[in-house]
Amino acid sequence: MTTADSSTPDSTDSRNSERFSPLHQAHVDAGASFTDFAGWQMPVRYSSDLAEHHAVRNAAGLFDLSHMAEILVEGTDAAAYLDYALAGQLSGVELWQAKYSLLLAENGGIIDDLVVYRLDGSKFLIVANAGNRFAAFDALLARAEDFDVSVVDQSDDYALIAVQGPNALAILRATSGITDVGTDLLLMKYYRITDAFFRGQPLLVARTGYTGEDGFELYLAADHARELWDALTSAGAEMGLVPAGLASRDTLRLEAGMPLYGHELTLNTFPAQAGLGRVVNLKKENNFVGRAASAAGPEAGASVLVGLIAAGKRAGRADYKIFRSVDAENADGIITSGALSPTLGYPIAMAYVTPDLSRLGTEVYVDVRGTRIPATVTSLPFYKRVK
Amino acid sequence: MTDTSSLQYTAEHEWVLVDGSVATVGITAYAAEKLGDVVFVELPGVGSTVASGTVVGEIESTKSVGELFAPVNGTVTETNDAVVDSPELVNSDPFGAGWLIKVEFETLPTLLSFAEYSALIGE
Repeated sequence: MTTADSSTPDSTDSRNSERFSPLHQAHVDAGASFTDFAGWQMPVRYSSDLAEHHAVRNAAGLFDLSHMAEILVEGTDAAAYLDYALAGQLSGVELWQAKYSLLLAENGGIIDDLVVYRLDGSKFLIVANAGNRFAAFDALLARAEDFDVSVVDQSDDYALIAVQGPNALAILRATSGITDVGTDLLLMKYYRITDAFFRGQPLLVARTGYTGEDGFELYLAADHARELWDALTSAGAEMGLVPAGLASRDTLRLEAGMPLYGHELTLNTFPAQAGLGRVVNLKKENNFVGRAASAAGPEAGASVLVGLIAAGKRAGRADYKIFRSVDAENADGIITSGALSPTLGYPIAMAYVTPDLSRLGTEVYVDVRGTRIPATVTSLPFYKRVK
Repeated sequence: MTDTSSLQYTAEHEWVLVDGSVATVGITAYAAEKLGDVVFVELPGVGSTVASGTVVGEIESTKSVGELFAPVNGTVTETNDAVVDSPELVNSDPFGAGWLIKVEFETLPTLLSFAEYSALIGE
């Protein structure tokens, strides 16, 4: 038997040598299996991908995301700088609000997708993908030249722990040691952040995530990560909380229709192709990197991202080709992520197809290792939680 | 509980239980662990002729796809319907209820011993 893993992005930046999370020992203690993710040894699963996936949908999962990059932007020009450096209008983001944004190249391609939190009038925290840490930081630094702003890569100082699932709020409220929470968590809206303390250490609590469930992402100093991990674990023990690895994170985000850099998003992808046209704010008055290319848009006939669903159990996976008919000679699309959906029970995939195949309900064929399997174009996300 | 030390193995992480002229074939616990949760198994038809070293089936997990190789030349006499209906048996009992196919053979090729396979996977 041989296996081919189809879903681990990597980075070729020479600064990515083998890295370990500040929570590595906690994962070893919990019996995790590890995988390389952008140079980091991260837990791929603790026991069962499916059990961890279902736990997040039905109760809660605990994720270590300390490999992700944290970049702090501070200074009197911080808001104006971000309006220039990123595709969105970050100056319009309220204090303690979060916004999903894109870091574009001059040619309109995507260097990274990011979440930006406003921590102060002149202070923003940017969270970038682990595999793009240096590419994102380098681009952000280069764009800061004409602004009164400091851009600092603080990735090594921060640990990031996510609690995701319907029980996340109750678990956080039951966790001992979390004090001085700036915004009552009961009242806190989605895509907001607040400051707090954990046993005297500064803590940021964001109501964000990458699973399609309610949940929180917690930022704190790396050397206090284990204490917080253990406190969350014991608070969640009676509420179904289990540690969850990157395998379940991938199927959760796929069901939620969320793009993954290196799969749905690349340097050669225009946001409009990925359905992220709304993230590029062409109405803002200032210039921003990638503006001219974004205004021109992708070339006519450029492929667009769609959802695919199929019957049976055989899933199309990343890089499998899409055909318009059972015997068409040339491919008209390619899958970027795919799996047998644990929640829905049938195969789902995100794929780029030629525009004429992108209408909802279009029937296409996926070449699954030599067999063409029918699939139907559907809207994203595949899964939406009941609020 | 299967005595794994009495089984024979292949470098493709399959185990073979020989009983007379019939080989029962499955994947090892090591392979099941590497795959993650198995969600789909495709097996060859009963009566089909298989050639040693060729792909005769697939084992899919949420994360990846594994191929099932025939460890011997022969004819498939039985396939495990239970594992087709409940692919998780490959994870929960890879050496027992998670068996995959039975193949009737004439000559048994040289396979790996338990000690050789253990060395291969570094255990």
